[in-house]
Amino acid sequence: MASGIKDKVAIIGMGCSRFGERWDCNAEDLMLEAYAECLEDAGIETPQVEAAWLGLCYDEQSMGKSAISLPQALRLANVPVTRVENLCATGSEALRGAAYAVAAGACDIALAMGVEKLKDTGFGGLPGRSMGTFDDLWLPAISAPGAFAQICPAYTEKYDISAAELKQAMAHVSWKSHENGALNPKAHLQNRVTKERILNAPMISSPLGMFDCCGVSDGAACAIVTTPEIARKLGKEHDLVSIKSMQLSLSNGAEMFYDSWDGSYALTAEIASQKAYREAGISDPGTELDLVEVHDCFSITELITMEDLALSERGGACQDIVEGKFDRDGALPCNIDGGLKCFGHPLGATGLRMVYEIYQQIHGRAGDRQLTDVRQGLTHNLGGFPNRNVCSITIVGRHDMH
Amino acid sequence: MTETGITGFSGYIPRRRLHRQAIAEAHSWAIPGLKALGKGERSFCGHDEDVITMAVAAARASLAGVTAGKIDSLLLASTTLPFADRQNSTFVGEALGLSEDLHTADVCGSQRAGTSALLQALRCSPGSSSLVIAAERRYSKPGSVQELTSGDGAAALLLGSGNILARLLGSHTVSRDLVDHFRSTGSNVDYTLEERWIRDEGYLKIIPDTLERLFAKTGVAPTDINHFVVPVVAARTVALIAKKCGIEAAAVADNLQGKCGDTGSAHALLMLINTLHSAVAGEKILLLGFGQGCDALLFEATNEITRAGDFRSVQAELDKGSAENSYMRFLSHNGAIDMDWGIRGERDTRTALSALYRNRDTITGFVGGRCTVCDTVQFPKTGICVNPDCNKPGTQVDESFRDKVGSIKSFTEDHLAHSVSPPFMYGAVRFEGKASLIMEFADFDPGQLKVGDPVSMCFRIKDQDSMRNFRRYFWKAMPAQSNAG
Repeated sequence: MASGIKDKVAIIGMGCSRFGERWDCNAEDLMLEAYAECLEDAGIETPQVEAAWLGLCYDEQSMGKSAISLPQALRLANVPVTRVENLCATGSEALRGAAYAVAAGACDIALAMGVEKLKDTGFGGLPGRSMGTFDDLWLPAISAPGAFAQICPAYTEKYDISAAELKQAMAHVSWKSHENGALNPKAHLQNRVTKERILNAPMISSPLGMFDCCGVSDGAACAIVTTPEIARKLGKEHDLVSIKSMQLSLSNGAEMFYDSWDGSYALTAEIASQKAYREAGISDPGTELDLVEVHDCFSITELITMEDLALSERGGACQDIVEGKFDRDGALPCNIDGGLKCFGHPLGATGLRMVYEIYQQIHGRAGDRQLTDVRQGLTHNLGGFPNRNVCSITIVGRHDMH
Repeated sequence: MTETGITGFSGYIPRRRLHRQAIAEAHSWAIPGLKALGKGERSFCGHDEDVITMAVAAARASLAGVTAGKIDSLLLASTTLPFADRQNSTFVGEALGLSEDLHTADVCGSQRAGTSALLQALRCSPGSSSLVIAAERRYSKPGSVQELTSGDGAAALLLGSGNILARLLGSHTVSRDLVDHFRSTGSNVDYTLEERWIRDEGYLKIIPDTLERLFAKTGVAPTDINHFVVPVVAARTVALIAKKCGIEAAAVADNLQGKCGDTGSAHALLMLINTLHSAVAGEKILLLGFGQGCDALLFEATNEITRAGDFRSVQAELDKGSAENSYMRFLSHNGAIDMDWGIRGERDTRTALSALYRNRDTITGFVGGRCTVCDTVQFPKTGICVNPDCNKPGTQVDESFRDKVGSIKSFTEDHLAHSVSPPFMYGAVRFEGKASLIMEFADFDPGQLKVGDPVSMCFRIKDQDSMRNFRRYFWKAMPAQSNAG
């Protein structure tokens, strides 16, 4: 069995732009905003970056298909740059590329950049696009909220809870994220919202109302990675953060075309997280993780993710959520930065934005939302639809944890 | 010589019914006189229905009542075919899963198209079987009388030589270019002439002339007619025609104005099918088609007519209606108003026709696969079985999904995704054999979807490509229904 990536790659710098309706700038400007913070944090110069990965999903609407926009915007030194796209896991995929390159010894220092400029598309919500020539012939042109909404009836049926109970728990998820986002100056939405307003919001795709859906925004986030040895040589002894695991799981058609999946959970999240825990040497994620940043594209997604990641018992997420287990002052804070709910979801940036929050929390730089004694945390992306998706799990923590 | 006659039949009427009063009220500011026509309901196509989809629905129901052997020919009659140049009948044949060794033809150009197609098919070589379908989606100008009196619908008749339900005793056609209305190429609404002239010079002269010659030919007397099927809107005019031709007033068949309206070139056949459901052996049925002359077809019900109940009845179609008071919905579905659907309505829905061609069994025919090793049913049919415990390559054989009954596994009502009939309703449907498929739901109202409820498959418009004036079709899940009734 492969030895895995645990502690082979250190993150020495991270940056994150302000997320939001950034009418003031281009995708290139967003990258520069994140990169400037990252470079200063890493304490290196651009010529030291030996390779880069660019995560960008909706290429047609922002910077075109190739990776060229990244070296051009950052004036990288004619190094190899690769553009990756893997739905909502795009940002995490950029980091995986850079981390694997460092771990393989192909380069000493690599950059992972994720960016998305969604607001120029003109859409509220994600733009609709072709599903491919064959699928376009038969697959309904469904929306993301419509696809995720279908978890709800499957979940209530399986666990014999009422739709109202589920909706209450979902409202708590969104309420909690707004409470967190209100403390984050980089969040798109920094307002508090009452549960009553959440419950009575207009329906987007039943039973998901407006506040059950994440925002749509522009943003960029990036990381500079190297080996722990080089990091030490660069003077990064204190609070060194390293990658504990990176796992990815993709649907192979079983959930979509074979009636063995009951629709109440994400199969790939279960598989990817179990692999990630093994790679990171985690046996009890509920106590060994200090915070999690999960893909709350919709409130119901966060709810089932708690179970998929084994942070709640199957069928127990509703109770855990309403009892505050995942609140800022709960046993395991989830989406302490405000999540997709308050950051919106610029696909290329999201995964890196999540890692950025854990990185900041480990370094004690999270301002008003700083948690105490953060050792390690997990990020989770679920791209596509519940029945056909890509799920990525990344765990990062203190290099000197043991 | 083998006798050819009617061996199966079924009608289809879209479930949407607009109260005529809603139309009359919408126009009361301008044309208060329409109020006199504001009684009853007219049928109209849902946003995803047209001549093709109605033709497929009617034909499937007619084929479901019999063990159909090979169909040799398929005629599709309509004056509102979606394609002017792409043979609509060939496409319908593929959706029905018929063999490609099939004579097909579109019959158009007149309100008489339905009866003309039927007559053509009956004259075909004995021993062969054919499917005659007539369907019409009627467009009319807002404020016109036709807007109130028209309806959308389809009729399908299966013809063959074994166990016939009704035989043709004789026919006669008079072709005479009386232009009671016309619709020029490029226009989708009629220009209609004065009713009194049409009645006096048209119906009351051309029909009697035709019937006089038919009766002379067949030796049947007008008083022998038990069912007089006249696709004319005004009941008073039909009574005058019957009287002038010497046919008993009691023989006049229901013209379906109450819950459907005049379905154009399909109407004669739809009325005929309705009549066949109530006919008894030995009764004579006189069918007329009117338009630039007159087709008259004289049928006699056989002893087999007792099997009429095996086929889904027109009455069942009339009864399934779902009342609609929104005149604006009617206008929008008929393209009479240009709604602003926002940026999601701008999505390019270009069809890769080369992909559609190579996948036409899958898409048009709704043929999936069944693994010969693990028996898993799946859509689409692929190179490797989808069952994770099997995943064997090259094991799948064709498995038709057309006639399957599935059950709703999950659903949503989506107000974000684009639909010209919001909310967009779709979800997962499970089928026997462990198949699961994301499908659009058709003919459900918001609030009606329920996990576990059974669904039948129907062929519907999937997307409209307004940029290229093309539309593509696929199968959707509708509330399960039985064919008999």
